[in-house]
Amino acid sequence: MVPFTKLTGIAAPLPMINVDTDMIIPKQFLKTIKRTGLGKNLFDEMRYTQDGQEVPDFVLNQPKYRQAQILIAGENFGCGSSREHAPWALADFGIRCVIAPSFADIFHNNCFKNGILPIRLPQETIDALMAEAQNAPDPTFTVDLEQNLILRPTGNEPISFKIDPFNRECLLEGLDDIGLTMQKADKIQAFVAKQQAQAPWLYSAGAGA
Amino acid sequence: MSGPKTLFEKIWESHLVDVAEDGTSLLYIDRHLVHEVTSPQAFEGLRASGRKVLRPEATLAVPDHNVPTTDRSRPIEDETSRIQVQTLEENCREFGVQLFGMRDRRQGIVHVIGPEQGFTLPGTTIVCGDSHTSTHGAFGALAFGIGTSEVEHVLATQTLIQKRPKTMRISVEGTLPFGVTAKDVILAIIGKIGTAGGTGYVVEYAGSVIRGLSMEGRMTVCNMSIEGGARAGLIAPDEKTWAYLKGRPMAPKGEDWEKAVAWWRTLVSDEGATYDAEVLLKAEEIEPQVTWGTSPQDVVGITGRVPDPKNAKDEAQRRAMERALDYMGLTPGMPVEEIVLDKVFLGSCTNGRIEDLRAAAKVIAGKKIAANVQAMVVPGSGLVRYQAEQEGLDKIFKDAGFEWREAGCSMCLGMNPDQLSPKERCASTSNRNFEGRQGRQGRTHLLSPEMAAAAAVTGKLTDVRKLVA
Ligand code: SF4
Repeated sequence: MVPFTKLTGIAAPLPMINVDTDMIIPKQFLKTIKRTGLGKNLFDEMRYTQDGQEVPDFVLNQPKYRQAQILIAGENFGCGSSREHAPWALADFGIRCVIAPSFADIFHNNCFKNGILPIRLPQETIDALMAEAQNAPDPTFTVDLEQNLILRPTGNEPISFKIDPFNRECLLEGLDDIGLTMQKADKIQAFVAKQQAQAPWLYSAGAGA
Repeated sequence: MSGPKTLFEKIWESHLVDVAEDGTSLLYIDRHLVHEVTSPQAFEGLRASGRKVLRPEATLAVPDHNVPTTDRSRPIEDETSRIQVQTLEENCREFGVQLFGMRDRRQGIVHVIGPEQGFTLPGTTIVCGDSHTSTHGAFGALAFGIGTSEVEHVLATQTLIQKRPKTMRISVEGTLPFGVTAKDVILAIIGKIGTAGGTGYVVEYAGSVIRGLSMEGRMTVCNMSIEGGARAGLIAPDEKTWAYLKGRPMAPKGEDWEKAVAWWRTLVSDEGATYDAEVLLKAEEIEPQVTWGTSPQDVVGITGRVPDPKNAKDEAQRRAMERALDYMGLTPGMPVEEIVLDKVFLGSCTNGRIEDLRAAAKVIAGKKIAANVQAMVVPGSGLVRYQAEQEGLDKIFKDAGFEWREAGCSMCLGMNPDQLSPKERCASTSNRNFEGRQGRQGRTHLLSPEMAAAAAVTGKLTDVRKLVA
């Protein structure tokens, strides 16, 4: 995974609540067997008309935000399905940070696995950042994960944020968590031995039984 | 930690492999279900890093999202769907994972076949790259959806890195009024707590109503935990649970069965155990529910009216309501029963089990569907379909004018050819009414199988209580 340390880029405002994973990447694009190539279909049904023309009003189609690397949105972002295609599409488009008052749990987890930083902030802070992203002539923000700070285009007081320490470490180092877990193989084996004695039916039954 | 424990705490603590200082936990996973949409990149990841599936016998795979619900003897027409299903077959062969292929009678929606096979067991941890994995919580299991990277993690290590969630108890007490079902209960719960109400929590459903539900009804409730924001929902197992599981192909047998049941009996929340949040619903206040909008929390009783954005609690909600009403083509204040339909979909992992088909068949027996609707039944699995045919339900549906399909996810999300056309309006027993969910610009109203059957008969959203005495 590419490490995430400091990101400087345009922030696009998406003032909608409950942005669900069907909106982020509709089902017709889930048929891929790859992780890449989904960026062009990010927010497909809001971004394009039925015949594939761009919807000029949609934020990512506006010249100012076409290169956005940060997204600012309303509460409960990423609700709905577990599809990791949602963060894959965001990442493939170039978005590496989403800032919102709250996120759905599975989406939130999926972001960290793909080098995307989801930042939770209070609604009032979001409102202020959203206004800056909308109104600043050049809405370039810097998200500094080493300092846990967001630097704003207006030069207003930087915003500090909190991230779970384990997730932060994985992002900063670009760690592969399967590799980390495999280092605990002996602990897993010990667990299995214990469980097998206590609950033998979990091992005698199952697929292939 | 001693003292009284919740059911969740018992399962969680009995599956901890390791806990780091900051609370990050390595959780052992007993059962892993796999389907074709969220697994290809996970298997690819294993291949790229030269890793294996640690416990193939703890893993069960099935194609369900992409499969056509018509003639199965022919290859899948859509090329990308076909490749995805073939990729699953190849991956299972290569990694030694058991697969119920598209032409296997046991094929079906992943959350229907797990319980049906006895693969889902009380007290276990169960995951799948699918948010409705919460369904399996009906058996007193800790079951939740994961992303593809986590699928790969489980395949390789049979564990997951997790943070301990908070606990919420939702109690439904009293007696359900006539015509009110498990689906109405969960829709009412989501209407009350909202789609983010359960975020960060594992929900335990409790109370006399929940205890009174059949296993199928409990699965319907747990299924939609995710629509309330909770990754997992569970219900303490009881006699009904063992009765359902006994003799299923992948359930324990003989002496193991006796040992298992003895252990399962301990899977209750102890007296005095505490939760981080409590919610209470009174059964008497629940009427048959339908959704009017594009979020599962947009519920209203069938005797109600489409709400007015003027009454929204804030600006963001008002905007969301206006957008939803515009998308759904509805006018504020109109009676819900005046909403005219084009399609009726009976199926999905929420309501595609035998009991759901029986309940709907009871409503439509001897009746015909309205001329303005096209209606279809998509059983949750090949075995559900077979059983329904044994009971003659297929005949009742067909005589009424329903199409009788093969098992799969079908129009719950329309990755196969079963989709709504733009602006088509559907009464659906599934779980999501998001924009575009059942087809671009399609309009979805969520409801129970009984209500779907009533809607098919009249051609509009209808109070089922008027049709059955
Ligand atoms: S039936 Fe619908 S909700 Fe259930 S697994 Fe299939 S697509 Fe998902």
